Amino acid sequence: MRVAVVGAGPAGIRAVETLVAAGLRPAWIEESPDGGGRIAQRPPGAFRRDARALYGADAPRARALHATLDGLKPQLDWRPGTLVWNLDPRTRRLELIQAGRRGTLDYDRIILATGAMDRVVPLPGWTLPGVTTLGGAQVALKAQGVAVGARPVFIGTGPLLWLTALQYARAGAPPPLILDTTPLLTKRAGLPMLLHDPALALRGLGLRLALLRHAPIHEDVTPIAIEGAGHVQAIRWRDAAWREHVTACDAVAMGWGLKPETQLADLAEIPFAFDPIQRAHLPVRDAAGRSPVPGHYLAGDGARVAGAKVAEWTGARAALALLEDAGLPFDAGQAGWLEARLQGQARARAALERAFPYPARLAARLPDDTMLCRCEGVTAGQVRASAAPDLNRAKALTRLGMGRCQGRVCGLAGAEILAAQLGVPVARVGRLRGQMPVKPIPMDAL
Amino acid sequence: MLTRLLDQDRPPITLTVDGQPIAARDGDTLLTAILAAGLGHVRTGEFGDGPRAGFCWMGACQDCWVRVGGQAMRACSTLATPGMAVTRR
Repeated sequence: MRVAVVGAGPAGIRAVETLVAAGLRPAWIEESPDGGGRIAQRPPGAFRRDARALYGADAPRARALHATLDGLKPQLDWRPGTLVWNLDPRTRRLELIQAGRRGTLDYDRIILATGAMDRVVPLPGWTLPGVTTLGGAQVALKAQGVAVGARPVFIGTGPLLWLTALQYARAGAPPPLILDTTPLLTKRAGLPMLLHDPALALRGLGLRLALLRHAPIHEDVTPIAIEGAGHVQAIRWRDAAWREHVTACDAVAMGWGLKPETQLADLAEIPFAFDPIQRAHLPVRDAAGRSPVPGHYLAGDGARVAGAKVAEWTGARAALALLEDAGLPFDAGQAGWLEARLQGQARARAALERAFPYPARLAARLPDDTMLCRCEGVTAGQVRASAAPDLNRAKALTRLGMGRCQGRVCGLAGAEILAAQLGVPVARVGRLRGQMPVKPIPMDAL
Repeated sequence: MLTRLLDQDRPPITLTVDGQPIAARDGDTLLTAILAAGLGHVRTGEFGDGPRAGFCWMGACQDCWVRVGGQAMRACSTLATPGMAVTRR
């Protein structure tokens, strides 16, 4: 049996560990030069900081993941620096590109653990140099030792907002302020976290308290625009009392939680369903990670955003499902243990999502002249004027999401804008479908 | 502006951007090298909407493409190497 695993973050690592323990030798494909994922991303070889300096409170988890990853590499077909740009679920063939060279890989069963990226809301001025995602600001500091600005403003909502801002303050790039779009009252919805994942809830509260020693946090803010000539110079925003402020800064990092990278699930013809908690269409799978397409499994934040700890569990669980479906011996006790943990975590996650919601109204109310699609230069007003009945029709009419990123960045905000214009629930406007190649590749590779 | 803060005592390397030599460090990505050298941007929007300097830093947004030896590459996920000749659009 030929098994492939795509992605070497927390989910991929635990999936492969489980498969190898059962005697399988999967092909393991990772787009980055090394595994670890974003939370446990390792800098290139020339960097010297240790795990404690790089990952803080996540250092034990990162060290454990790296140890497993490095132990697995020599035991199987490890392919770092390799992009899966196409997947055909009928022939069960992957098309790859590695260092400019094209290749194929045939599989009988596959686990997709493709990870996530920041969920953003466009803002006037958000294409200016100096604007990054929160995750981007974190990667800059962790994997490159650079700050995206010496005086960066952090805007968005969620634990990553606090964590990234605190990491910057401690590294020597103190933020003048933190702008949180969620009202404090809404955050009370997160209180069940104390019950379902007390360690994470307390860590979050600790983060917030620590951050308050470095910078003021403004709640319930409404961003107006990022301003500057050729580079970020200020952010204009309204406070909860609707007073307007302009804050000087040399960078803006923005993020409202994460969204899964689902393009390969799309190519695998896995059906998607609207998830009201994450306010997005997500690939369908059962509690073990089986998709409705036989032989195709989903794990980690690439299936549904739930964080690194849950990613490890869903990775292991999907691998056990694969073993079971292949008629191989598998640890049913471990499978049951994992599913019980995952059920508890689902309640914690739901509380977290309610406490830090995607600010759909901000997206829906973007000024007409705001650039929505960074790739194709499509404005919010063009999408409204398209009068398209759904998002894919809007894509055809306006080129929204037709560019290099395939709507990864603008798709969710575009759906909110279109739904508000049509006066229908956002679930009704659908989603931008993934296309091959899932990321740009050289023409001569096609 | 992009600021070097931590772990910056790495061996120096030199590459060129649009023909101009810039100083970088072993382990820099092209995005880090170009922005830390003070060049301000890595590409220009195709629709007259000004300079771009990446956005996601993780290979997803596709907003940091530069050319290296005629080949398009993402600046955020390409390591700078000595003598590399990068051109911006």
